[in-house]
Amino acid sequence: MADVAVTHDQHAAHHSSSGLSNVKLAMWLFLGSECLLFGGLISTYMLYRGRVNEGPRPGQIFDIPFTSVSSFVLLMSSLTMVLAVSAAQRKDDRNMNLWLTATALLGATFVGGQIYEFTAFYREGLGFTTSLFSSSFYTLTGFHGVHVTIGVIMLMSLVGINKRSKIHGDRAEVVEMVGLYWHFVDVVWIVIFTLVYLIPT
Amino acid sequence: MNTTTEHATEHDHADAHDHAMTDAKYIRIALILAAITALEVSTYYVDFGPLFLPSLLIMMVIKFVMVVSYFMHLKFDSKVFSLMFYTGLGLAVSVYAVALATFKFFIS
Repeated sequence: MADVAVTHDQHAAHHSSSGLSNVKLAMWLFLGSECLLFGGLISTYMLYRGRVNEGPRPGQIFDIPFTSVSSFVLLMSSLTMVLAVSAAQRKDDRNMNLWLTATALLGATFVGGQIYEFTAFYREGLGFTTSLFSSSFYTLTGFHGVHVTIGVIMLMSLVGINKRSKIHGDRAEVVEMVGLYWHFVDVVWIVIFTLVYLIPT
Repeated sequence: MNTTTEHATEHDHADAHDHAMTDAKYIRIALILAAITALEVSTYYVDFGPLFLPSLLIMMVIKFVMVVSYFMHLKFDSKVFSLMFYTGLGLAVSVYAVALATFKFFIS
């Protein structure tokens, strides 16, 4: 009886007075604030993308077919992530770990592609301080790349912790929170891909 | 926990987990997103004329809303979460639109 009461109280402790999950509430608040961060970076890029005194211009340097493949990879990682969340809600540990690993691999592929792209741009003469365009471009896409990298680390950690069965509380909710972060990183790239790569200066 | 909160919590869980989304539906949405992405990339090769910019922006918004609504479950979750996210998003878009306007970005 006492055990039941403790479990009941622990469950209640994770929910606000409105009955909503505190963790989920905090995550959505965090994602709302992230909109402001990326909004600032995207606006700065939009303002400075035409400011090229030296070095290559955006249209001369972007490799659209390559970036399109990267975008497709990140988009598909959102599918594998939502399948992982779905498996977690069904308490299907095997498929959950499988889809989480697939998501991490797709994310790592995207980051690898970004590193390759940055290296290629640098070799073509686009350094961080070459122009206002290059500085704002590297800052925006670099910040996004760091977010993806953090997401990959979270996914791999989740797989590792889950294999040791050390996730406390609602396992499906933990996976869902990492999923929310991952999908957010994907939607930010949807905006970056269109505004930065597909719309010319 | 009082009865009201208990019911609200149960309702919240029901909202989050008992929506009509299945793995097959997620795959269907991903295919639609992939098709829109292919259409977006095609604007780089095919001349869309005056429709180029509006079509790209519309496709971007459709993809954004689809991921947020279905993959992030915002469509099925509590409206409070939608309010938090879209308030941040709306604030960001309006603040930076005004900031860009002060630099005459939309005129040039």
